Amino acid sequence: MEQIDISLVDWSRAQFALTAIYHWLFVPLTLGLGIIQAIMETIYYRTGNEFWKRTAQFWMKLFGINFAIGVATGLILEFEFGTNWSNYSWFVGDIFGAPLAIEGILAFFMEATFIAVMFFGWGKVSKGFHLTSTWLTIIGATISAYWILVANAWMQYPVGMHFNPDTVRNEMLDFFAVAFSPVALNKLFHTVMSGWVTGSIFVISVSAWFLLKKRETKFALASMKIAAVFGFVACSLAVISGDGSARQIAEKQPMKFAAMEGLYEGSESAPLVAVGVLNPEKKSYRDSIKPFLFKIEIPYMLSFMSEHNLDAYVPGINNIIEGGYTQKNGTTALSAEEKIQRGQTAITALAQYRQAKKDKDEAAMQTTLATLNENFEYFGYGYIKDPGELVPPVGLTFYAFHAMVIFGAFLLLTLLIVAYLSFKKTAPLENKRWLQRGLMWCMLVDVLMGQAGWVVAEVGRQPWAIQDILPTSAAISKLATSSVQITFFLFLALFTILLIAELRILAKAIQKGPEIN
Amino acid sequence: MITYSFLQQYWWFLVSLLGALLVFLMFVQGGQSLLFQLGKTELQQKMLINSTGRKWEFTFTTLVTFGGAFFASFPLFYSTSFGGAYWVWLAILLCFVIQAVSYEYQAKKGNVLGKKTYQIFLLINGILAPILVGTAVGTFFNGAEFIVNKENLTDTLMPVISSWTTPWHGLEAVAVIWNVLLGLAVFFLSRVLGCLYYINNIDDDEIQTRARKTLLWESALFLVFFLTFLVHLLVQDGFAVNPDTKEIFMQPCKYFNNLIEMPVVLAVLLVGVVGVLFGIGKTIACSKWKKGIWFTGTGAVLAVLALLLIAGWNNTAYYPSTVDLQSSLTIENSSSSLFTLKVMSIVSLLIPFVLAYIVYAWRALDLRKINGKEMEESEHTY
Repeated sequence: MEQIDISLVDWSRAQFALTAIYHWLFVPLTLGLGIIQAIMETIYYRTGNEFWKRTAQFWMKLFGINFAIGVATGLILEFEFGTNWSNYSWFVGDIFGAPLAIEGILAFFMEATFIAVMFFGWGKVSKGFHLTSTWLTIIGATISAYWILVANAWMQYPVGMHFNPDTVRNEMLDFFAVAFSPVALNKLFHTVMSGWVTGSIFVISVSAWFLLKKRETKFALASMKIAAVFGFVACSLAVISGDGSARQIAEKQPMKFAAMEGLYEGSESAPLVAVGVLNPEKKSYRDSIKPFLFKIEIPYMLSFMSEHNLDAYVPGINNIIEGGYTQKNGTTALSAEEKIQRGQTAITALAQYRQAKKDKDEAAMQTTLATLNENFEYFGYGYIKDPGELVPPVGLTFYAFHAMVIFGAFLLLTLLIVAYLSFKKTAPLENKRWLQRGLMWCMLVDVLMGQAGWVVAEVGRQPWAIQDILPTSAAISKLATSSVQITFFLFLALFTILLIAELRILAKAIQKGPEIN
Repeated sequence: MITYSFLQQYWWFLVSLLGALLVFLMFVQGGQSLLFQLGKTELQQKMLINSTGRKWEFTFTTLVTFGGAFFASFPLFYSTSFGGAYWVWLAILLCFVIQAVSYEYQAKKGNVLGKKTYQIFLLINGILAPILVGTAVGTFFNGAEFIVNKENLTDTLMPVISSWTTPWHGLEAVAVIWNVLLGLAVFFLSRVLGCLYYINNIDDDEIQTRARKTLLWESALFLVFFLTFLVHLLVQDGFAVNPDTKEIFMQPCKYFNNLIEMPVVLAVLLVGVVGVLFGIGKTIACSKWKKGIWFTGTGAVLAVLALLLIAGWNNTAYYPSTVDLQSSLTIENSSSSLFTLKVMSIVSLLIPFVLAYIVYAWRALDLRKINGKEMEESEHTY
């Protein structure tokens, strides 16, 4: 009997992850730097001071270098839904395709049109039109982020649709429920704010290098001041939206929430692991090995994060597998076995419905359809062979989550300090060489933070392509594993070479400097 | 009355229009493929690169939007063709990836691979992208080897509904000569458009003379390949759908019949072909005339639009399967739901607005033509 090759699923995931990781190296910088350069050009427009024009142009040059490679990786991501996730594309394309198309029509053309004016329009169009173009470029990029995050949020929290057994796919019922889903809005806020932080940290790092080299001091200090204030506001907002995200995950994706904390046995008034080392000996939720070698906990904090209630019950991995506890909506959780059973019932009912339809047996169609609808919320579980598959990689999710939070807190503090110092008359930023060196390294911290955030979101939701509805193993294209391996390594080589080229070009452009003095 | 069927036809029109605009905008690729042929000095090459460099994003964005719109309106095509004809689509993607960085990186210090490599990337994209896109579109008329079985979703061991029946995964399209002919026709059309665009956009005597000379040969080759493809298309058997039973069957001269039964589409095709020929002919005849791109460009959009319309409209299967006729995709059996098409149609009302700002920005940037002096004075060049 033909069966899906698990290695095909893994390699398809690896290829998608590779593309997404590279894409996310460039996109947040675009989102953040785009705003900062637009602010600078606005100051130029209002004051007529050439200094601000040169300053904005310098950051725009770096923006352009970074933008090109973001575009390249983005193209691949869009088409990979079809090339590597073909079953997914049919099963939910009716809902998922729309945001992608709207992104193209509304956002990409705005970006593409006005970025050309932004780069080539100096001296050719009026100052006002140029400034408008600079703003429209970044507004376009942000709208594009919105639509793709709507699509991503829908995968984490599918709403506004129903399953149509005649077409064998999910179909959209409520566009506004999809476009304004609370998960989408929160995700947009959190992601765009983290992009703004990246833009700020980039400007601060590069400016710190100029200060260290004692070059372009005025430019560097002015850039830093804007970036630090802007970055601090953005980072604060990222913390607030991150708190919102945590509560949404606790409610809608409790397994991800448990994996983020390495929590196997849940409890009321649950503590948060502030720092911890997982026990590598623990291989499965079924063994009795202790999950941690070492941990420092903050009492009540996990319960607080999950519901803003210090006494709230937080289920662990074992509880979710075993079921029987009261969920946040008041119902009793089913066990994994029961969910799998109901998923299988739904899939069987679908098969029977299709057969009854062929036989034109109206009565059978009605009863099978009723069974299908009754069990559809567990449809995806029908493809799960073993409850163990329902547990995401705990180690990766746990460490990624903690890295994101710790790096985020570090950057928040750093931005606050830099913002404060940048207003001091004694100009400490200009003289403290250790501080300048330290600030240069913040860029690396930021990149790791951003990547960790996406690891939490995407690894943490495994095995689901669409939460509870379709596992990744049923979402793929039927290809030879070797084909996907070939394209994986091809992309790896190509993206890596292009990344190295990008970094070297950036370095050369920075070394050349804005040439204001 | 806005019916489901009307919206399916409407979205096939929009997807076809995007495809047609993409073919026109591939003047960027055609131009890139002529880089070393038309540009003999460093400065000339710089002018050529900057000339298409201010437009490449439109082509790229149209490709991305074409993909997104196709996904939203006909998801079964996205799922079947992209996952099945894997190698063709990935080859197309790869040659666009190398394009996306090449303009920005080629003349920059520290670019690791050297200027020449990035220019060769542009050359590869310029040659391969039109040929591959054209060849892939050829399968709309000549079919591909796949099976769609939605019942598979209830098989929990192998739930994939679309499967390709040959291990070549798309490469087999090259074995059908008519696909390749369309690929070559699109390639030479893109070079014709590239010449005409440079003639319009670059104010340099040597490039003008060379582009006009090249235009003659490229046009001749385009016509040979295009007319051979077209004549064959009109006499070949086509993939028809019985509107009552939804059964797919082979019908002699289906595409010719489509043109006869939809005279407006025939008129669009004829006006398109005349436009293409007029733009080329007048440019060759009048050595001072520079507006050929607009006539040939508009003509190309109309002609390609008409060809794509006869592939899907009038009860035709636009993505036929040669191994299982009944698996063939029609605009009816592969479209999104009524609701989604409605939502998307409301969004599509914004397209004229988008086109308007593109035209406005394009004109603003093109008011001053590219020449050696402009290259020196510009604050930003590639």
